[in-house]
Amino acid sequence: MVSFEPSEEQQMLVEAVGKYASNDLRTASHEAEESCELPKKLVSKGWKLGVLQASIPEAYGGFGEHSAVTGVLATEELVFGDLSGALAVMTPSLFAIPILLCGSDEQKKKYLPKIIAGDWHPYTAALIEYVFDFDANDLRTHAELTNGEYILNGEKAFVPFAKDSETILIYAKCDGKTQGFIVPNNAVGLSVHDEREKLMGLNALPLYRVKLDNVKVSASNRLGGASGHDFEPVLASMRLASASAALGVARGAFEYSRDYAKEREAFGVKIAQKQAIAFMLAEMRTEIEAMRLLTWEAAWKLDQGKEDAFTEAYLASTGAADMAMMVTDRAVQILGGHGYIRENLVEMWMRNGRGLAMLTGLAIV
Amino acid sequence: MAIEFESPKPIVQAQTILKTVAQEMMRSKSRYFDEHEHEIPWDYIEFIHSAMKAMGGASLTPKEPLPTGNEAAGNKRPLIGYQLLATQIEMLAWGDVGIYLNTPGGGLGAAAVQAAGSPEQCAKFLARFGEEKPTFAAMCMTEPGAGSDTSAIRTKAVLDEKTHEWIINGEKIFSTAGDKSFTQYEKLGKGFIVVWASIDSSAGRAGMRAFVIESGTPGVRIVKLEHKMGIRVSDTAAISLVDARVPFENILGSPTVEKTTTGFKGAMATFDATRPLVAASGIGVARAALEFLKEKLQENGVEIRYGLPRQKLTNIEREVIDMEIMLKSAWLMVMKAVWMADNNKPNALEASMSKVKAGDVTTKITQKVVEILGPLGYSREFLVEKWFRDAKITDIYEGTGQINRLVVARQILGYSGSELR
Repeated sequence: MVSFEPSEEQQMLVEAVGKYASNDLRTASHEAEESCELPKKLVSKGWKLGVLQASIPEAYGGFGEHSAVTGVLATEELVFGDLSGALAVMTPSLFAIPILLCGSDEQKKKYLPKIIAGDWHPYTAALIEYVFDFDANDLRTHAELTNGEYILNGEKAFVPFAKDSETILIYAKCDGKTQGFIVPNNAVGLSVHDEREKLMGLNALPLYRVKLDNVKVSASNRLGGASGHDFEPVLASMRLASASAALGVARGAFEYSRDYAKEREAFGVKIAQKQAIAFMLAEMRTEIEAMRLLTWEAAWKLDQGKEDAFTEAYLASTGAADMAMMVTDRAVQILGGHGYIRENLVEMWMRNGRGLAMLTGLAIV
Repeated sequence: MAIEFESPKPIVQAQTILKTVAQEMMRSKSRYFDEHEHEIPWDYIEFIHSAMKAMGGASLTPKEPLPTGNEAAGNKRPLIGYQLLATQIEMLAWGDVGIYLNTPGGGLGAAAVQAAGSPEQCAKFLARFGEEKPTFAAMCMTEPGAGSDTSAIRTKAVLDEKTHEWIINGEKIFSTAGDKSFTQYEKLGKGFIVVWASIDSSAGRAGMRAFVIESGTPGVRIVKLEHKMGIRVSDTAAISLVDARVPFENILGSPTVEKTTTGFKGAMATFDATRPLVAASGIGVARAALEFLKEKLQENGVEIRYGLPRQKLTNIEREVIDMEIMLKSAWLMVMKAVWMADNNKPNALEASMSKVKAGDVTTKITQKVVEILGPLGYSREFLVEKWFRDAKITDIYEGTGQINRLVVARQILGYSGSELR
């Protein structure tokens, strides 16, 4: 069957997440971006919504099962509040979901219950590298097997909460494939830069550069165990998160500029009554819908194990990133000069909107 | 309920059958009919009519969702009438959209009867489409001076109290299948045209009504068949009405003018139902073009490396990937709009959005494919240049891209027609 109606459980989750996004994340977002700080309480409250907890089976201490469809629904809703705040709330997923998808049974038992028990902990992952043509399937950081253990060398960028984390899931090229390695923050040879990354957007989110200088990792800490894992399902889940984040950012910008256009007067009418503005809004809404449906279908295909799921997740993230740029740019345009003033959130969303094309790896569903 | 994208079996089966039809009876004739404008594709018309009858559906006419008796009986299986229709249309248009427009069964004319007619009128006027001979019906709305602005329609209907007949005068253009619906061909059943006219020119849209005019009615004349950029095998008729007499009961909707615009809303309701279907037909053309491009690229050893970041892709790879994103998402928008129609959810917004998107995507993809294929794209040896010409109509008929943007904008802003002109 074909249906576009989320299940009752999904609707309830989306509603709960939506309340938090609008009442908490959104209201804190401007201050957080300006001060480069996310209040701990804010992140903790979002964590307690249980989005990750609900996607981990009971056997590992959770109370549900993993679903990419549920993941994209929740992510759009969370990011609608604020991208930085949402990524912070979801950071432990960066560590937990790959373990759930590809980890050995031992790794699942060891980490999953610990991650989801109690309060938010900064478990994180490091995928992105600081090169213009960054490609998750062709990493510069590499892992060599020597005397039964792996030696990691390279540098990772944009690693959320790296400073405070206990354990980082680090991706490196191993025999030509991207593989995850579970590395404690205090491993010899691993160093986190003191200074945070300084980016065009996402300033509330603490991101760090992480250097790896002959870091030794035991074979049992290779994601999936000694024989490793497929990276494709992990990457597809990251792409879906990035696509749904694009939807959240874009929807925020669309609604804000739509409401503004219905208030602001020029030439004796509301500017929304001018086709120049109304048509922009119509196209923004249409493109959001288009990319949302593509993201949903890709997520559904991933859940169903369909052959073309990975390709479609790639198409969804690529298309959604373009869409977010177009929509956020127009939102600023509709507000005119006011859109350029930092008090109006659209300018931040436009900065965030550009980031979505290169931030795959900062979230996972 | 849950979010799902699995095509139901009957739809997959219909697709498989129609793919063969599309290849054998449409693609193979595409070029011939493109170069013999106004020749009627009788083989297709007769074949598809009997095939549709054999498949249980009398036609490709949209059917109102059945009353929800199913649910009362505890059967929660959702209806898939519109979804099936959209999928069939997409596949036939993939074969040849011009020939698809020669599919008998009432088309827009019948859709108007369904949207604005009484149950008795539906029974009376629509039964013919299930009969032995293929039969057509057409919509006549556009006039030389009234396109997107349908309130500017000048055609008038005046009631002759003595004979209890409507006397209709006016000029209509751009009536798709108008000739096959009105002219009495031996191989065709008796069709009709649905003519929009004003019964009270001082009442504006509130005075607008649709009239069923049977084929052969005196005073009605096919003035000419247009010569077009594409879809040349589909007849586009100009029709004049001079003192055409129509029985009183052939008016769709109330014969008196209230202060409301319900008559006009009947026309608009027709479009909510048919816009996603027109979008589907455009998407079929775009898919044909994109598939052809990918075949040609493969023949020439050009591989599309999905999964690479934009910075590492070649220009052709980027174009192909962008086109796939457009095509897939446009199709999903059609699916959502028809799913809503099948489930009795109001879909004015989704129907118009699907048409906006399909109009954009269909024209962009066919234009881009011609560009990428260079001389091969421009040559009439292949069908790509024809698809380019055929595709353009998608963004024009059933509401131009701009009119549909206006509908979308009004919906998302909560504005009436007078608040956002």
